Amino acid sequence: MVAVLKAVEEQGTVYHVKPGGAGQALAVEEFCLWYGAKQALFDVTMAVEKGLVTALIGPSGCGKSTLLRSLNRMNDLIDGLRIGGRIAFGGADIYAPDCDVIALRKRMGMVFQKPNPFPMSIYENVIYPLRVDGINDRRMLAETAERALRGSALWEEVKDRLHESALGLSGGQQQRLCIARAIAGDPEVLLMDEPCSALDPVATSKIEELIEELAGHYTIVIVTHNMQQAARVSDNTAFMYLGKLIEYGETETVFTTPKLEKTQEYVTGRFG
Amino acid sequence: MVAPVAVERLKLEVAGAREASRARAVDIQSLGEPYLWALGGALAFGCLMIAGFLLLVAWNGVVTFWPKPIAVVTLADGRKIAGEPIRSELFRPGPEVLAKLVPDQRAAIARSDGFAPRTLYRVANYDLYGDDFLWVTSFEARSVEQPPGMMLFERLEWGPFIGTVKSLTADGRQQAPDLLGPGELARLHGEARARWQRIREIERGDIGAVNHALEQERLRLRRVAIDQGEASAAYAEAKARLDRRQTDLGQRYEALAAEAKALKDRDARDSVVLADIAGKEKQIPLSAIVRYYAPNAMGWSDMLVVYLSRWWEFVSEEPREANTEGGVMPAIFGTAALTILLVIAVAPFGVVTALYLREYARQGRMVAVVRISVNNLAGVPSIVYGVFGLGFFAYFLGGTIDQLFYPERLPSPTFGTGGLLWSSLTLALLTVPVVIVATEEALAAVPRSMREGSLACGASKWQTIRRIVLPRAMPGILTGIILAMARGAGEVAPLMLVGVVKLAPELPIDGYFPFLHLERSFMHLGFHIYDVGFQSRNSEAGKPMVFVTTLLLVALIFVMNIGAIMIRNRLKRRFAGSQF
Ligand SMILES: Nc1ncnc2c1ncn2[C@@H]1O[C@H](COP(=O)(O)OP(=O)(O)O)[C@@H](O)[C@H]1O
Ligand SMILES: [Mg+2]
Repeated sequence: MVAVLKAVEEQGTVYHVKPGGAGQALAVEEFCLWYGAKQALFDVTMAVEKGLVTALIGPSGCGKSTLLRSLNRMNDLIDGLRIGGRIAFGGADIYAPDCDVIALRKRMGMVFQKPNPFPMSIYENVIYPLRVDGINDRRMLAETAERALRGSALWEEVKDRLHESALGLSGGQQQRLCIARAIAGDPEVLLMDEPCSALDPVATSKIEELIEELAGHYTIVIVTHNMQQAARVSDNTAFMYLGKLIEYGETETVFTTPKLEKTQEYVTGRFG
Repeated sequence: MVAPVAVERLKLEVAGAREASRARAVDIQSLGEPYLWALGGALAFGCLMIAGFLLLVAWNGVVTFWPKPIAVVTLADGRKIAGEPIRSELFRPGPEVLAKLVPDQRAAIARSDGFAPRTLYRVANYDLYGDDFLWVTSFEARSVEQPPGMMLFERLEWGPFIGTVKSLTADGRQQAPDLLGPGELARLHGEARARWQRIREIERGDIGAVNHALEQERLRLRRVAIDQGEASAAYAEAKARLDRRQTDLGQRYEALAAEAKALKDRDARDSVVLADIAGKEKQIPLSAIVRYYAPNAMGWSDMLVVYLSRWWEFVSEEPREANTEGGVMPAIFGTAALTILLVIAVAPFGVVTALYLREYARQGRMVAVVRISVNNLAGVPSIVYGVFGLGFFAYFLGGTIDQLFYPERLPSPTFGTGGLLWSSLTLALLTVPVVIVATEEALAAVPRSMREGSLACGASKWQTIRRIVLPRAMPGILTGIILAMARGAGEVAPLMLVGVVKLAPELPIDGYFPFLHLERSFMHLGFHIYDVGFQSRNSEAGKPMVFVTTLLLVALIFVMNIGAIMIRNRLKRRFAGSQF
């Protein structure tokens, strides 16, 4: 154990070089983050590739959510937060002083651990990003709602009750509604923080299918606790441990032939 | 394997331990019931007090207007008095009273430990005897009966009259009452009341309008004089205009006054002579009788008619007789208007303050100090707010407004004195802590996941607050506003300084531009209770009015609360079932 930690400290991140790729969507460079005095991320460097599904795995409290929320600056809400390093989105530093956070968030959809539909109708939930943009054209709103709900495989289930409260939906439906809301604003990136952890197995498998369908259209970064899920849905996997990025590369490689013993132990379920 | 003896011993030991633990288990903390009883008892006690209070008010308020029978009491010395029995009680006659009694009576009183019963009668006829009420002790009364002919007349002046109709003068011709056909008196009385109503309309409405127009013209002239000086052409023009209007309006006034005079002359030709039980007579115009009835001869339905007509008069008419009679319509109106204005003022102010405190301000020491101060504001005596309202709102703000916008009316103040606006603002200040605290709580209770969901969609902070946070916090905010409203509607002390008056026949709303006169002083049910109960010539006469007015005030607050609660529940239902 001690030996492994030492190895981690000394070695830095192990990257499995990957041929080709459609280019970088997000580039995280030597990113550090402190909650007050407590450092939660240590020198994370990774490139999220465009159009692929990148899974963040690692034991609880290792900083997966923190990293994910750093990508669309949701951490800004926290008092006493400090960062170091860079995150570039489309080449521009998102932590630069002139960066428009609201515009940034509009280019990234986010899905949270627990479904968080707003206490409004299903329809209003889906078109919320458009409402926020001040779009009031009825036809456009209706078209967007249908497209987003079809995109999240919810349309058939809710098309007759669009104007009922979203809170009447089941947990799995609510989460798909949140996905619909996330894609309604036509983002480039989808950030998902353990989207299935609050759902039952049937709802989980539906969401997983959905992620596979969405994979071609969006760059997806998904935090997951579930090894099988990461193996099933992701193209690349990043294994994190104690705030550090340990191993990053193609999912198959990370799961079957990891370089480090720690990664091996985690993906085979020996700890975590 | 354990030996049987050892097992036996083990059993004994276990039993012993159980005994010991049973002996220890007397700690009262571990028993829930005593606390439950204490809590339940406190609740029951509170409920009982409230229920008792409401019942007292409701019962006294409800029965006040029900016609009471008129008893005729023959006294020991042969005199007769007639009146409504109000209540009976035991009292202890003093030695000088006892000295005048015959031995039998003295013995009877001694047998009941020195107490004797007595009854309070409302004998009315204040103008004849100078007393509304009379105590009659049981040994003074020889007999009590309820003759069907006794009538009660409610009059515009001098309070009620109890007696009978001696004669009637209709259009100048005198008639004995037995010559009148059935319903004749009622018909003549109805006509007289209609005439009286019409006279009042002319004097108040039409002549009032003429006076108002004239006053407007005079003010315009003064305004021109102040703005441009008395030497200017505009002044001359305005003066000419005033003169023209003055002759115009003068003619209108003459015409109206003549009409009123004709009606009054006609009115004077209808009168009644009333006689009280002792035969004393009193002549009054027929139109001065508000209503009359013979309670001893009436059935249920007739009594109900009188009862309802009294209630109607109470809620729709102005007060008379130093507020002890007539209605309280201006006070109902003033209370409702004050409360609505209070809500209009306090809601945005409190909500915006709380929004800033909770959502925008850095949560540091400064905010903590502000928060504590706000909470402590709720403990400042309300009369202090009254003083502040008078000094700051009325004298300072109002005085400035007068100087800037109403110089022509000075030195008589327009806004520079107590009024509806300043009262509602004072009450808003008084109740704003309630709204702030409730709103802050409600905002804090909005789950973080909601805000994050909205922000992640690219909403700005303000959009998140407006579209997500505020709607979800709305039921809680409304609860705060309801509490503030209830507190404000029941507040009287500060109002006595900033605008409530004993009598204000001019409502703050009328047909003259700008229709809503927020600067006017107004009547208030709470103050009315104080005034009638403790400031009137005759507290015994005011007592029933205190109950009825309290009933009305409680009912008004109740209705306004129910309305607000219904709105809140509708909002709540919209967000029902939300689990995060
Ligand atoms: N708002 C916060 N303030 C302080 N510490 C935090 C905060 N959020 C997370 N942390 C800490 O940062 C570390 C990483 O947390 P997180 O990113 O949520 O882990 P994961 O999502 O991998 O379970 C944890 O040790 C957690 O206690
Ligand atoms: Mg997490």
